[in-house]
Amino acid sequence: MVTLDDYRSADPIAWCPGCGNFSILTALKKALVSLGKAPHQVCIVSGIGQAAKIVHYLRCNGFNGLHGRTLPIAQAVKLANHELTVIAEGGDGDGYAEGGNHFIHAMRRNIDLTYLVHNNQVYGLTKGQTSPTSELGYVSRTTPGGSLSPPENPLLLAIASDCGFVARGFSGDNEHLAELIRQAILHKGFALVDILQPCVSFNRVNTLQWYKERVYKIDQEPGYDPENRLAAFERAAEWGRRIPIGVLYRSRRPSLETKIPALRQGPLVARPPTDQCRIESLFEEFR
Amino acid sequence: MSVDVNIRIGGKAGQGMQAVSGTLGKIFARRGCHVFIHQDFESRIRGGHNFAQVRIRTVPVRAPGDRVNLLVALDRETIDKDLPALGEEGVVVYDGEKSGFRSSNPRHVSVPLERLAREAGGSSVMMNSVATGAALALMGQDLDPLLEHLEEEFGSKGTEVVEKNQASARAGYQEAGRSCRLEEACKICLEKSARGRLLLTGSQAMALGALAAGLRFYAGYPMSPSTPIMEYIASKQEEFGIVMEPAEDEIAAVNMAIGASFAGVRAMTATSGGGFSLMVEALGLAGMTETPLVVVVAQRGGPSTGLPTRTEQADLRFVMHASQGEFPRVVLAPGDAEQAFYCMMKAFNLADRFQVPVIVLGDQLLNDSSFTLDCLEPARVGIERGEMIWQDLAGAPETHRRYAITPTGVSPRIVPGLCRSVQYACSDEHTEEGHITEDPAIRRAMFEKRMRKLEGIRREIAAPATGGSQPNEILLLGWGSTLGVLEEASDRVSREGVPCGFLHFQEVFPLPTFDFSAVLGPKTKIIAVENNFSGQFADFFRERTGLSVFGRILKYDGRPFTPGEVAGRALEML
Repeated sequence: MVTLDDYRSADPIAWCPGCGNFSILTALKKALVSLGKAPHQVCIVSGIGQAAKIVHYLRCNGFNGLHGRTLPIAQAVKLANHELTVIAEGGDGDGYAEGGNHFIHAMRRNIDLTYLVHNNQVYGLTKGQTSPTSELGYVSRTTPGGSLSPPENPLLLAIASDCGFVARGFSGDNEHLAELIRQAILHKGFALVDILQPCVSFNRVNTLQWYKERVYKIDQEPGYDPENRLAAFERAAEWGRRIPIGVLYRSRRPSLETKIPALRQGPLVARPPTDQCRIESLFEEFR
Repeated sequence: MSVDVNIRIGGKAGQGMQAVSGTLGKIFARRGCHVFIHQDFESRIRGGHNFAQVRIRTVPVRAPGDRVNLLVALDRETIDKDLPALGEEGVVVYDGEKSGFRSSNPRHVSVPLERLAREAGGSSVMMNSVATGAALALMGQDLDPLLEHLEEEFGSKGTEVVEKNQASARAGYQEAGRSCRLEEACKICLEKSARGRLLLTGSQAMALGALAAGLRFYAGYPMSPSTPIMEYIASKQEEFGIVMEPAEDEIAAVNMAIGASFAGVRAMTATSGGGFSLMVEALGLAGMTETPLVVVVAQRGGPSTGLPTRTEQADLRFVMHASQGEFPRVVLAPGDAEQAFYCMMKAFNLADRFQVPVIVLGDQLLNDSSFTLDCLEPARVGIERGEMIWQDLAGAPETHRRYAITPTGVSPRIVPGLCRSVQYACSDEHTEEGHITEDPAIRRAMFEKRMRKLEGIRREIAAPATGGSQPNEILLLGWGSTLGVLEEASDRVSREGVPCGFLHFQEVFPLPTFDFSAVLGPKTKIIAVENNFSGQFADFFRERTGLSVFGRILKYDGRPFTPGEVAGRALEML
């Protein structure tokens, strides 16, 4: 039986004390263990940033690549071996700024993987600059007069892209987050979990207390149906006095790898080598 | 004396110059001739002035010809622009009715291409077939091979389409047959029994090489002149078990190739200089994470958008140095379709064996041109996947030491998911297990381990090809797509009484170790021949060998060299 201990990594953790990342790490491990996934069946892919270091803090396969390029690597790992459980993970800068184009196209493609975004609304590793999810007027060393642009709303973007599983978690509610991640992994297709997370070192606006006063669980709202796209848009746009967490939107679309002929006989990586006689048959069209 | 016939088919984009050239090429290749076809076209979908040029010889050919013997003008602009390219004895066939061009010159043959197409085929689209028939008549050839070809080509579209095309071809053939012929020297005597040759473009050869190497994953974004590689592989994806992913941009394309390679399958992407510019950061990622990667860079005129459909060799220094920091890499630059095929197979082997990025440099001339060759034998290169672990070994650690320090610098990698061990890849400097570190001793050891792979790579890099006169007074120096031009130009210079040899590199980085004294006499002057502004390879050659380059024949107008042009410029330099 798989236990939390199987996922214990020997690599010392380089996060700030009190960071929300610790809760996300625990929730992810709990979700994987609850699903009985052994470490070698899992591959975590990340880019660059404090969140991206999470790859090293679980013992499973990991690819710690370039800033913003998490999703192209993760999608290709899944296409090359679709028996792996692939988790893509990173921060708001990595996913919503540098990797914005990949984010939109990954949702369109709908490859079966789980994307966890540690959204602390600030750039952490570069020490506290404005991110694409920072509030309008957010003051930092790169926006000393306050951010002039409103924040990106990743959930609205995801619902508009018909992403099959759109959820928001909160690092301050570990059990709820672990359950969301579990559901996201079970979802057959691209699943987004945007995770609200206070940055204890740099974000003085969106603190743990700030979030706690605002978040509410959407599944406890009477009559809420995550398959109702218009209702999902409405809730995803809600940001202020109340902020919903939970599964906001679900839709049923076949995932890409189920539609690729080359993957019908099993994972690409397990295919026998190409028979070179068949190559020679190709030469005929050039005679 | 060997035959050398050069046919140029000119017209507006969309008029079918490629179809006519391809048909003529195939007919002659099947009868044992050597054929070279190059494409000269504008970056547009319809209109403009474009041509395809077919060169037919009875000896191997892989360079454009100097003089046009037969000009097939599908529009008026071709007559106006290309008549000067016609040799003194050359013949032009054109549509006098449509173009309004009048001439009393008996070598200017008017055939009403459009009217005949309408009368015989019912549509002006069949002008192609009329023109091809006319060209064969002027060359004194039989019509039958064309009729057979049309049947093959259009058989799937039904007998009506076949018959209309055949009628069009016959009409063109008969009409032009009443006129003068090409000079006797252009007579090609075909032997029915001759062994047919393959006729394929550089891009097709690269794609076939990748398939033969066991390619499993391709991600790409279309960019001229690399796109036909992606299209050919896409057409075979189901048959050969390949995942083809159209990426949102080149950054995604190259990162996807790296991700698939990390997961254990052979992966590649192809692009041109502009797309490669976007891939540069990920090239370093492949270098740092030691993930095998094959990237084809089919060069075109730069900088920026430059000359999108034309040829240049100006990205050599760029690909040699692209990406920050230092890491081992390989740059290969095949000289014709045959080399392109084997080169791709070798690229995958080198990438896997040394866990490095391998760049295959083509260009518009190589990628879009068609070459004849006798056969391709995948077994000559074979598949070598290097140090990969496909299943658990006894006593394997829970976490595989992906970056174990080894004498060769190559560390075995596992296939994630197939082994119970897990492995990390890391773009930061890392420990043997792949975790982030800034420890100076580990940094030094890891750096040295990576760079040590170059020693093994150097032993695998092929020596340059040499030819022409030895000893010599001139040695033409080149790389990549100029191979055919170097061969022919050195011959011509030698025939002018100046002994001339050539030295051609198809594997350029790291520069192969080679005893240059074998090709350099006491009087030898090295003249570099390159399709770029500065002579990038000449500088690199000088830097690595200490040998001085006497002169440079450079061309950067987007057009390929011809042998006569290079020979003439070389003789002028003396």
